[in-house]
Amino acid sequence: MKAVFDQLVLYFTYPFVRYALVAGVLIALCSSLLGVTLVLKRFSFIGDGLSHVAFGAMAVAAVAGFTNEMPFVLLVTILCAVLLLGAGQNAKIKGDAAVAMISVGALAIGYLLMNLFSTSANLSGDVCSTLFGSTSILTLTQTEVWLCVVLSIVVVALFVLFYNKIFAVTFDENFAKATGTKANAYNLLIALIVAVIIVLAMNLVGSLLISALVIFPALSAMRVFKSFKSVTICSAVLSVICAVLGILISILQGTPVGSTIVAVDIVAFVIFSFAGVVHGGIRK
Amino acid sequence: MAQLECKNLCLGYEGKEILHDLSFQISAGEYLCIVGENGSGKSTLMKTILGLQAPLSGSVAFGDGLKGNEIGYLPQQTDVQRDFPASVWEVVLSGCCGRQGMRPFYSREDKLLAEENIKKMELTNLKKRCYRELSGGQQQRVLLARALCATRKILLLDEPVSGLDPMVTASMYRLIEELNKKDGTTIIMISHDIAAALQYADHILHIGKNIFFGTKEEYLRSEAGFGFADRKEEENYESSI
Repeated sequence: MKAVFDQLVLYFTYPFVRYALVAGVLIALCSSLLGVTLVLKRFSFIGDGLSHVAFGAMAVAAVAGFTNEMPFVLLVTILCAVLLLGAGQNAKIKGDAAVAMISVGALAIGYLLMNLFSTSANLSGDVCSTLFGSTSILTLTQTEVWLCVVLSIVVVALFVLFYNKIFAVTFDENFAKATGTKANAYNLLIALIVAVIIVLAMNLVGSLLISALVIFPALSAMRVFKSFKSVTICSAVLSVICAVLGILISILQGTPVGSTIVAVDIVAFVIFSFAGVVHGGIRK
Repeated sequence: MAQLECKNLCLGYEGKEILHDLSFQISAGEYLCIVGENGSGKSTLMKTILGLQAPLSGSVAFGDGLKGNEIGYLPQQTDVQRDFPASVWEVVLSGCCGRQGMRPFYSREDKLLAEENIKKMELTNLKKRCYRELSGGQQQRVLLARALCATRKILLLDEPVSGLDPMVTASMYRLIEELNKKDGTTIIMISHDIAAALQYADHILHIGKNIFFGTKEEYLRSEAGFGFADRKEEENYESSI
């Protein structure tokens, strides 16, 4: 045990390990907060969809030769998020179909562009690391970590301030609208926050694994807890714990960070499902 | 002055008109039942009154001190709500959301109001329960309590008893009647149940090929009311399949 501890202390003398932990925890927290809303709105796959959009945008940025691709990627992702979520409950193409369409479309275009115009020798390697975020969390710069901190604070603050509105709009959009809540504005707000979180999270776990960060803590919490508030709090706490555990394990064992976090999330989900069954069984 | 007045309304989707030249008004304390066949535009009319959808032409005007966002609304259940983890308390309290404006949290008055409406709808011992675990009738009462948090003046009910058994249906109608008689809340109800409509409502709006608006007595004597006998058979036919 002491050996493990010593090893961790040694690793934590490296700034990039500390950065990874800070960024990881913050992203896990932010994504889990909105996870509950997204799962309930039938947008579980939006993380995956938007991350493919971000991938497509990155490809475009690379081909166009932008030096700083982040603002462009953020802009395109936000636009797509608004397109998907802004329409709300009364959209013509419903949640899952719309997400699937945008996701597959962006992925194909992105890959096509990279294939046609790539300057790199290792194309499939590039695609792979963009999609799976193999090591990028360990290569964060100090500026990126600060950006991450600021955006996370903004996200959490917005969520707390608009918590009641988000609940009302998610539970019953038409009722909220009819009784004078500006449901469209809040849908837009949710879309914006989601887009920002996705772009942030791409650095941590990579495109394909973002969905896991969004949905697993929410679904786990929903197994056991029955009110919106307790589900939200539980999923946030759970998500942070899983992220910390995942990062520590991956550092010690040398496993890929993103997939390790998701593996921990899956274990947590199994435990919570079991707890939910036992709990429900006792009460009945 | 009428609380709600619809003038020469034409309603429809994407340019296709389903209701033409509809005019009616309702004053405070009245109980209006909107009846009509499936697809005759009942729900569209309700959405228009609530301001969720714009009419093709005509106008909806509020008077008698009623503002557009002071309408309580009991919607039909949506998919999302069936697995939504929310306690009864949270759902009822969310009815106060509309009048919060930019205030981020609920005030003490909001909470008192929610508490009061929970008591009124006989939900006190279910307060901490999860909404999705309740029976259909209990869920409807929760949504009714939420609507009461939004307003006391006027309630729009979209088929409040669909899917409920006869016992629960009767008690639901009783609750609605109490709100109308005791608190003077104006009721607008969409219903398939024409027998109940005639029992409880004082005004009837029949929409479809022939539009009728008037008091219950006038309706029974009118031509549209003649169709009532046919409707009855249709109802029986519908319920037998």
